[in-house]
Amino acid sequence: MRKEIIRIEDLKRDFVVGEETVHALRGVSFSICEGEFVTIMGTSGSGKSTLLNLIGCLDTPTQGEYYLDGISVKTMNKNQRATLRNRKIGFIFQSYNLLPKTTAVDNVQLPLMYNSDVSAKERRQRSIRALQLVGLGDRLQHKSNQMSGGQQQRVAIARALVNEPVIILADEATGNLDTRTSFEILTLLQRLNTEEGRTIIFVTHNPELAEYSSRNIVIRDGRIKSDTYNPSVRSAKETLDKLPKQD
Amino acid sequence: MNLTNLLKIALQALNGNKFRGFLTMLGIIIGVAAVITMLAIGQGSKKSIQEQIATMGSNMINIRPGGEQFGGVRRSAGEMQTLKLEDFEAIEKEAPYISAASPEVSSSGQVIFGANNSPTSIYGVSPSYLDIRKYKVAQGEVFSDEDVRSSAKVCVIGQTVVDNLFTNNEDPVGQTIRFNKIPFKVIGVLESKGDNTMGMDQDDIILAPYSTIQKRILAITYIHSMAVSASSEDATEDAIAGIQTILRRQHKIGPNAEDDFNVRSQKELISMMSSTTDMMTVLLACIAGISLFVGGIGIMNIMYVSVTERTREIGLRMSIGAKGFDILMQFLIEAILLSVTGGIIGVILGIGSAFIVKNILAWPIDIEFYTVILSFLVCTITGIFFGWYPAKKAADLDPIEALRYE
Repeated sequence: MRKEIIRIEDLKRDFVVGEETVHALRGVSFSICEGEFVTIMGTSGSGKSTLLNLIGCLDTPTQGEYYLDGISVKTMNKNQRATLRNRKIGFIFQSYNLLPKTTAVDNVQLPLMYNSDVSAKERRQRSIRALQLVGLGDRLQHKSNQMSGGQQQRVAIARALVNEPVIILADEATGNLDTRTSFEILTLLQRLNTEEGRTIIFVTHNPELAEYSSRNIVIRDGRIKSDTYNPSVRSAKETLDKLPKQD
Repeated sequence: MNLTNLLKIALQALNGNKFRGFLTMLGIIIGVAAVITMLAIGQGSKKSIQEQIATMGSNMINIRPGGEQFGGVRRSAGEMQTLKLEDFEAIEKEAPYISAASPEVSSSGQVIFGANNSPTSIYGVSPSYLDIRKYKVAQGEVFSDEDVRSSAKVCVIGQTVVDNLFTNNEDPVGQTIRFNKIPFKVIGVLESKGDNTMGMDQDDIILAPYSTIQKRILAITYIHSMAVSASSEDATEDAIAGIQTILRRQHKIGPNAEDDFNVRSQKELISMMSSTTDMMTVLLACIAGISLFVGGIGIMNIMYVSVTERTREIGLRMSIGAKGFDILMQFLIEAILLSVTGGIIGVILGIGSAFIVKNILAWPIDIEFYTVILSFLVCTITGIFFGWYPAKKAADLDPIEALRYE
């Protein structure tokens, strides 16, 4: 039995807009185990962003339970959730969200800056290791504005890895990239999943990407429409190799 | 989250926007520089006035007739004849805490030498007057007590009188000048003292034995006033009290009657002059303080814009584990760094421009250490005060909203 990283029980989230109450999530339950590569899909307005915010401990549910790595998040206050994010979660965003005019190493070590247990020396070593892992070992001192979109997203992935999180949350991580670069990033994520054993949740509205994950959860109108395991995961690297070479 | 990391984060953020940081600091720089320069000028003029008064003799006490009423009419001091030579002798002999005393009689008139003449004042004094008034003889000598006893027609003249009369570079010592037709032999020339606080030329003066002036020019037996030197500046009060007792006895003034004389020290003059310059200093400091305040508003403005502009960055920092407190501290430290750096540059610039004022405009300046510390403290407080609101705003952002901010 593999370790359960995420357990969600009948999660509900309501928003009050004016006098109306919007039910963004109407009761969602699932569990994610260590080493899974889960894609969460849904059109805009389906509630997938709300779900992502809840999983990412950025938000608290109106009702229901959420356990991250065995810890109940529901009763946590803002500061406790901030610390939990810092130690357990790695975020990857659509728009990279790197600090401008800042070197790759400085960008990557940012999460560790908010962890006083990590010394400056260790911070640097771990940042360099994370950058080497995403294939940017030769661009440690490049500034974020001197890098391509793909490279910037790799820095962002390294930043998500540096705190050794139990889960990586990718929010439309390939949404801003061209097809080829998208598959490069996807290849990297697949490699991290299979070789490094990282648990990854990839939120997207692109149905194609379901073929490359081990499990696909589809959200519609605040409920889970389908939750399917993919027996034959396609290799992103093979797709990448088949793509016409750019010159 | 420790402070070193927060400091590093704030420095990184400032490093990314050097020019804007500099522009933000400019308000503080100008404010602090203004405070320091203005206070230096204010303090400087105060100090120079005090020094000028000190050259007149800071422990000097003046005794004038006055305070007496005749049928309800208060008469001018010059008209009064209540100070006698005996009073002077009593004071010189008995008064405690005094080091020197001299009677004063004076007259103004035209002084003539050869074809030159000029209007001036002649003072009849005793030889110790030079010590009391801090006059020094540059050339020749002072008349003696013997000259006083014999009412000798000798005099010591100031530099302005020398310049006006001896236009052909003659040696003044040994020459005979005429004051109101009375011939006086010049036996000494005084060292130049320049103008006094009131702008009066202290070198346009002739000093002669008081007995000579009394008998040969004014034909009086009383004296106009007395100049006394207290043994030290601190002893001035005691010396004044002693003089008052002696004079009341001499003048047979009853216990409840008013003095018929005035005893004044330079201290009163110092405090009067100081209050004027103090007011000027306060005024200058107010103007400079306002510019510092404007500088602070500049910091708040930029920090506010910076928070809005960096909303996504704040969202990111929060999503990777920054607490509200961390964000608050980051922006607060940024604001303090800006204002303190601006403060340091401002201090340097202020001291620099104070020296420029000193060297080019030849104004007296005096930079007090406490003004530097004070403006520095004000800077830090400005940083905290004006940085607080934007920092709080940043810390209170919702990470979800902040991450989506376009």
